[in-house]
Amino acid sequence: MTRHVVVIGAGPAGLGAATAAVRAGARVTLLDSADQAGGQYHRMPPDAYEARRPFRICESERCDWWPGAAVWALERRDSGPPRVHVVRGPDADGDGRRRCVLRADALVLAPGAHDRVLPFPGWELPGVVTAGAAQVLAKGERVAVGGRVLVAGTGPFLLPVAASLLDVGAHVLGVLEAGTAGALLRGWTRRPWELTGQAGKGAELAAYAARLARGRVPYRTGRGVVEARGDGRVEEVVTARLRGDWSVVPGSEQVLTVDALCVTHGFTPRLELPVAAGCALLDGFVAVDEDQATSVPGVYAAGEVTGIAGAPAARAEGVVAGWTAGGGTPGRLGATRRRRDEGRAFASRLAAAHPIGRRWAGWLRPDTIVCRCEETDYGTLRDAAASRLDARAVRLGTRAGLGPCQARICGPTLAELLDTNPHHRPIAWPIRLGELANPPAEPKEGT
Amino acid sequence: MIGAGIIGTACARELALAGVRVTLVDRAGAAGATTAHGEGNVLVSDKGPGPELRLAQFSRRLWPEVAGDGTEWQAKGGIVVATTGEGARELTAFAAAQRAAGVRAEPLDPAGLASAEPYLTRDVTAAVHYPDDAQVQPAGAAQALLDAALGEGATLLPGCEVLGAEVSGGRLRAVRTTGGTLTADLFVDAAGPWAGALSRSLGAPIDVRPRRGEILVTTPLPPTVFHKVYDADYVGAVGGDAAELQASAVVESTPAGTVLLGSSRRAAGFDERLQPEILSVIAERALRLFPCLSGVPVMRAYGGFRPYVADHLPIIGPDPRLDGLWHATGHEGAGIGLAPGTARLLTDLITGRTPEVDAAPFRVDRPAVLRRGAA
Amino acid sequence: MPHKPPGVRITVDGTPVTGRPGQTIAAILIAAGRHSWRRGPSGSPRGVFCGIGVCFDCLVTVNGTRDVRACLRRADDGDAITTQPRTKGTP
Ligand SMILES: Cc1cc2nc3c(=O)[nH]c(=O)nc-3n(C[C@H](O)[C@H](O)[C@H](O)COP(=O)(O)OP(=O)(O)OC[C@H]3O[C@@H](n4cnc5c(N)ncnc54)[C@H](O)[C@@H]3O)c2cc1C
Ligand SMILES: Cc1cc2nc3c(=O)[nH]c(=O)nc-3n(C[C@H](O)[C@H](O)[C@H](O)COP(=O)(O)OP(=O)(O)OC[C@H]3O[C@@H](n4cnc5c(N)ncnc54)[C@H](O)[C@@H]3O)c2cc1C
Ligand code: FES
Repeated sequence: MTRHVVVIGAGPAGLGAATAAVRAGARVTLLDSADQAGGQYHRMPPDAYEARRPFRICESERCDWWPGAAVWALERRDSGPPRVHVVRGPDADGDGRRRCVLRADALVLAPGAHDRVLPFPGWELPGVVTAGAAQVLAKGERVAVGGRVLVAGTGPFLLPVAASLLDVGAHVLGVLEAGTAGALLRGWTRRPWELTGQAGKGAELAAYAARLARGRVPYRTGRGVVEARGDGRVEEVVTARLRGDWSVVPGSEQVLTVDALCVTHGFTPRLELPVAAGCALLDGFVAVDEDQATSVPGVYAAGEVTGIAGAPAARAEGVVAGWTAGGGTPGRLGATRRRRDEGRAFASRLAAAHPIGRRWAGWLRPDTIVCRCEETDYGTLRDAAASRLDARAVRLGTRAGLGPCQARICGPTLAELLDTNPHHRPIAWPIRLGELANPPAEPKEGT
Repeated sequence: MIGAGIIGTACARELALAGVRVTLVDRAGAAGATTAHGEGNVLVSDKGPGPELRLAQFSRRLWPEVAGDGTEWQAKGGIVVATTGEGARELTAFAAAQRAAGVRAEPLDPAGLASAEPYLTRDVTAAVHYPDDAQVQPAGAAQALLDAALGEGATLLPGCEVLGAEVSGGRLRAVRTTGGTLTADLFVDAAGPWAGALSRSLGAPIDVRPRRGEILVTTPLPPTVFHKVYDADYVGAVGGDAAELQASAVVESTPAGTVLLGSSRRAAGFDERLQPEILSVIAERALRLFPCLSGVPVMRAYGGFRPYVADHLPIIGPDPRLDGLWHATGHEGAGIGLAPGTARLLTDLITGRTPEVDAAPFRVDRPAVLRRGAA
Repeated sequence: MPHKPPGVRITVDGTPVTGRPGQTIAAILIAAGRHSWRRGPSGSPRGVFCGIGVCFDCLVTVNGTRDVRACLRRADDGDAITTQPRTKGTP
């Protein structure tokens, strides 16, 4: 019998996995909650997507491509990879989607990551968005989040976001990198040999930097946004000079008038599916071996869930994962593995160059919202953390992380303040009661 | 006091108020286990005449005085509905027996039901209103009880697991823990579903087993469900056998606007793995009561292990086999509701006061409790 | 843009708004200058935050179906969008 591989996520990693699994001889079901393949990296407006039909694997006979298919639960069993529970329908969050269950011989998890944003006073104001949101609106929708925009936070992602904002006509007031110039330099230039093979990535960043220079966008290091203000919408932001540990240099505050602020403090992996599958984590990412195998037999992981290394590395990881999951001859794919390893080395340099400063919480005031959904503030959480209750009881008492986003946004912050596992989300994607109550449709054999 | 769930914290508070020096130990933090994995229904409606109902009525009287800030105490009342002809006959007879036992159980006519629960299905054959049903936020309640106990001089040792006993002269003198040896005059097992394992490690096994339950949580909604609403099957499920899956609808809203949909009952050991088809059954049962929730998203599912005893009665009292060991556990799906009464009863027994409810039905020396035999 | 592609017409709490085919509801609203439409528990205004379906700040009701992420949902011609306060209205 041909092996059946289910690949969850059709970003660079999932596309790579599906392609390699097919090449290894397997039958693949590739799913994504989005209606386009490509993930976060290959964003494009629908007309461009339709015109180009860019991903060959989605047309392959051996690959069943399911757009608009969200995995809402993984069902662990005594043996074999978990069953994949899917809701599928044409409209995102539509009512009356169909439930189905996929049984696989191997599973590749490639759900990607999203921006991590540290809280600061006023971050809940409309017009304050993640850098990723600005990027997606610019690249996928050709819409600028604002007219006068500041881009701030940390990481190389600030550059492409600022460039995309220029492309859609926004006035970008500046790019503020919180990391100090010294930290950046140390992170990026230590072990320069690791950059070979990532030259493409370096050139890409250089091109963004040139684009910013042409657009006369100042890039400043060691400076961050410590507050956003406005009446019903962000109107001004307070920036300040930051020390290496991200404590604020007193007296360095400046006020800027903006109508949008784009922030990112790095990426955080979407761990609900790996956690639901029972995969072990290492330093906040899914732990994988040389073949991208997780701690759970038959379950592989690839892309940003295993480390933040950019799209080329995600694709290489996907290829290795898909090949192994599809039953390909072990040990092959030397060149791809090298690319993957270079990507991983690049990832650790990124992390070294853009660490989150230890003293960031100094920005917070007692009434600063930490959990956006339930509006739990920092003071309440700090008091509760000092009680001797179990972290779960603290969350129930303060409601932190219990709102609609289920701690996807505040989870990493809660994990710092309380000793809690912010990624336990057994319902990985909201499912409507009527959809859940219906029995699953049996997918026809051969799909 | 071994275990700082709702039972351990309630007992610690009551004993401390009675002047007893109490040390509360828990292998984790307080209130993080079963107490944080269930609902907070304080019910009289689901109990037929008998000792558990008497304990529930007693507890219900005590709750308002122990409920402080942060407990989200809401005396919102319960409504039990039947949807079949036979269900209606059973519910009506059940309610009559409860009334005879002193429970306020008021039949609702269709108009009364519609105004009490406007979004409830109209396909109801009988409905009974129980004004005394209430609800708390269990972890918050445990915290309030803990704070009160600490305020009376009790101490808490979190992260301290009890591993074994030091017995001499037929008496439990000390327990060995991950934090060293602890001596005391009395030890109370309040270890919830782990009471079986704990009592075995202490050499006086009691038969408490986990009975898994799952709950669905919707996204926050505008007010939709105003009471605790159950289908009449719930009453049967509570008393049912442990082995097979049972799921009957219990629907209630929380102050945050979410609606909780419960709950299943099944024997699964301590297996925490999610079973989507069980969640599907819970959804289907809940929609029978509230069809209008069909388009509402579920954002979370959670579950816990009810401490189950085969005869469905809690275990409260001294262990006849080992002097110095007491038990306060086995409350299955009613430990939140029964906590204050359990604590008062235990304290009365320990301090030699005359209990307000008969303690005999809850004694340790019962076939269901000791049936696995002393090891 | 060389020629004007056909527009998608939706209403937001009854007010007509036009976008391009394939755009998400969130993108249409932002392009139309509207940055908030949902309310948090305290009534504070919210709009797009993450843009990719993880923060749930952008929820709207679409043709009567509640809790639809505006950043994920592509608008269809004729969609009636209603904004969602957290605690008022009917389910
Ligand atoms: C908003 C955003 C914008 C970005 N833009 C850029 C950019 O312009 N340039 C750049 O170099 N890098 C960008 N990045 C970084 C980018 O994430 C990576 O470089 C690359 O896309 C990672 O590939 P991946 O395959 O690991 O994950 P992704 O590309 O994120 O793909 C993961 C896929 O999994 C799907 N998925 C997740 N959960 C489920 C589920 N439960 N059920 C079904 N499907 C699911 C998602 O819909 C997604 O399509 C961006 C990141 C973010 C968060
Ligand atoms: C899905 C579900 C719904 C429920 N709904 C309701 C409801 O609506 N109303 C109601 O009244 N009840 C309800 N219950 C039941 C209620 O939650 C329990 O009866 C109650 O929480 C039991 O409390 P406990 O203190 O005995 O146990 P727990 O809360 O489990 O506390 C026991 C403590 O003992 C500790 N412990 C265990 N072993 C050791 C050891 N060796 N050393 C040290 N510490 C140890 C544990 O860490 C734990 O903190 C529900 C339960 C479930 C699962
Ligand atoms: S903007 Fe975050 S979910 Fe839509």
